[in-house]
Amino acid sequence: MPTNPPRRVIAIKPERPSTLDAPQRAAIEGVCARLQATPGALLPVLHAVQDALGFVPKDAVPLVAHALNLSLAEVHGVLSFYHWFRSREPGRHLMHLCRAEACQSVGAVQLEAYAKRNLGIGFHDTTADGAITLEPVYCLGNCALGPSLMIDDELHGRVTTRRFDELVARAKASP
Amino acid sequence: MPCDAAALSVGAGETAAAILAEAARRHVEVELKRNGSRGLLWLEPLVEVATDRGRVAYGPVHAADVPGLFDAGFTDGGAHALAHGLTAEIPYLRSQERLTFARVGLIDPQSLDDYREYGGFRGLGAALSMPPAAIVECLTESGLRGRGGAAFPAGIKWKTVLATPAAQKYIVCNADEGDSGTYSDRMLMEGDPFVLIEGMIIAGLATGATRGYIYLRCEYPHARRALQAAIATCQASGYLGADILGSGRAFDLEVRLGAGAYICGEETSLLESLEGRRGQVRFKPPLPAVAGLFGQPTVINNVITLASVPIILDRGAAHYRGFGMGRSRGTLPIQLTGNIRQGGLIEKAFGLTLRELIYDYGGGTLSGRPVRAVQVGGPLGAYLPESQFDTPLDYEAFAQIKGMLGHGGIVVFDDSVDMAAQARYAMEFCAIESCGKCTPCRIGSTRGVEVIDRLLAGEQAAKQEALLRDLCETLTHGSLCALGGLTPYPVLSALDHFAEDFHKPLPARARAE
Repeated sequence: MPTNPPRRVIAIKPERPSTLDAPQRAAIEGVCARLQATPGALLPVLHAVQDALGFVPKDAVPLVAHALNLSLAEVHGVLSFYHWFRSREPGRHLMHLCRAEACQSVGAVQLEAYAKRNLGIGFHDTTADGAITLEPVYCLGNCALGPSLMIDDELHGRVTTRRFDELVARAKASP
Repeated sequence: MPCDAAALSVGAGETAAAILAEAARRHVEVELKRNGSRGLLWLEPLVEVATDRGRVAYGPVHAADVPGLFDAGFTDGGAHALAHGLTAEIPYLRSQERLTFARVGLIDPQSLDDYREYGGFRGLGAALSMPPAAIVECLTESGLRGRGGAAFPAGIKWKTVLATPAAQKYIVCNADEGDSGTYSDRMLMEGDPFVLIEGMIIAGLATGATRGYIYLRCEYPHARRALQAAIATCQASGYLGADILGSGRAFDLEVRLGAGAYICGEETSLLESLEGRRGQVRFKPPLPAVAGLFGQPTVINNVITLASVPIILDRGAAHYRGFGMGRSRGTLPIQLTGNIRQGGLIEKAFGLTLRELIYDYGGGTLSGRPVRAVQVGGPLGAYLPESQFDTPLDYEAFAQIKGMLGHGGIVVFDDSVDMAAQARYAMEFCAIESCGKCTPCRIGSTRGVEVIDRLLAGEQAAKQEALLRDLCETLTHGSLCALGGLTPYPVLSALDHFAEDFHKPLPARARAE
């Protein structure tokens, strides 16, 4: 089984002061130690960092690059390519709102406008109270029961504006 | 009751809790079993009660309906306004030909005993007694073509991998089901994960691959949990590992998560992503079957393709081949979605027409308004007008009308749809999801949005339309993969069949990004 091939790239150890606190740094280093021998480790590592911290801090990039023997550009390039990875800390809950065609056919465009108006934010933003981060998503696989959205790992279908309000109220009330 | 994500999305979890609570309150003994979804999605949450006559269906059952159902004696199959008689006799289901989805909705997805009782691992048993070339021959004979969308004959891919010597070969399952209007992969992975694992083991035996990856989109957390649990069960029971069922053959596999990039459904992008890079399309050749994952020979097939393998090995190639029409053999799990009264999963032999699906199965639109357009094959599929509804579902028939069947998703729109907005969205989606490797797709999609905006604003409309068609020509012929190459399908079909929508100004639309 192939491991990550040896590279000519010289990974640079982080020298500027890091904004990471000690637990964040420990979490990132722990993930790297656990997964660095995995073939094609970069996506699993970034997922694990995001699962642990809620996002992938910019200062995680040099640590990950060093552990996987990749250049900063390679790690940054992957991090910024994939919509799922976030470099900014999200709110307590993540709301993924489906923008795709099947949901459009049953009012997703209107629901999106309603969501932005009522949360007072656009996509990729977090509500002022820090409760909800709104993200677009292109299909949740619930196309016969749209419009759909996902809050954290929970899928919701046939979302009316009333149902939307209930879900938001519930999310805001929960830690 | 289903534990399927779609059922949960409309309250199956709450309904299940209400049934248990009500049963406890009334001192009625109830054993609640969780299965996948039958695919009668408009009836979700569907509750089935096991009776002497068979399973009786009630749906959609919300938590508030539960006391009334107990009053009606539903635990003995009693009559109620939400009752639909025996599930198996519901015409939507009875008329289907469920081969790949034979067990989905029937069994507990995590029960190995259920799986074996309903014919599971018989295909693997057959494969273990066959030489690799005979397994590949069986698959080739069945006529199975890739169900991910490209419809490439699966047997040819396998044969190439078998014939390419290498110390390490791979089986990669493409579970990056990103097309809007599709969920058959998700339903199968949640409702019968063992059949996918069995198909991948057989693929390994057939080609000499000992390592497998399921590349799953991260938008499917329920499927991830189902697959990981099922893989652990198979590893603990000797179906996966260094010595499959004492045969001396090895195969193991793991789930890898995508990260929200539509392009990673394209096979070479997927391989790049699995290797830990940006999901950028590779030039072909070399084909993945020759030099795929980590440069090694790799079978890369869609979930439904691999999940169809066990039944082909079990019942024989001729049985599978006996379904279908022309060069489209076997069955296709069709997903009826969007603005539709009776949305769901319909597994049938190729050859049904769109009209039969939309009206006979679907019962028309959810809104009750007339159907105006149907998009088949995901965001890169053409928008079809009513005059094309008699086209049979067949790869070649769709190619003839400049459409594609893709992964079998059908999205229905009523007459309130603005087709110019849909065309604009197709270009916008391409711009958001382009991997950036080739210029026509990366730049052309953004220019496409701009040209459509100018066209709709009435700035030299004839000139803009000519420019848009020219741009589509460039995208079609100049793009490296299907994302750029097929985005013109929804754009041009909207322009050709619904021209009237392009000659009135767009309503003010908030640009979402």
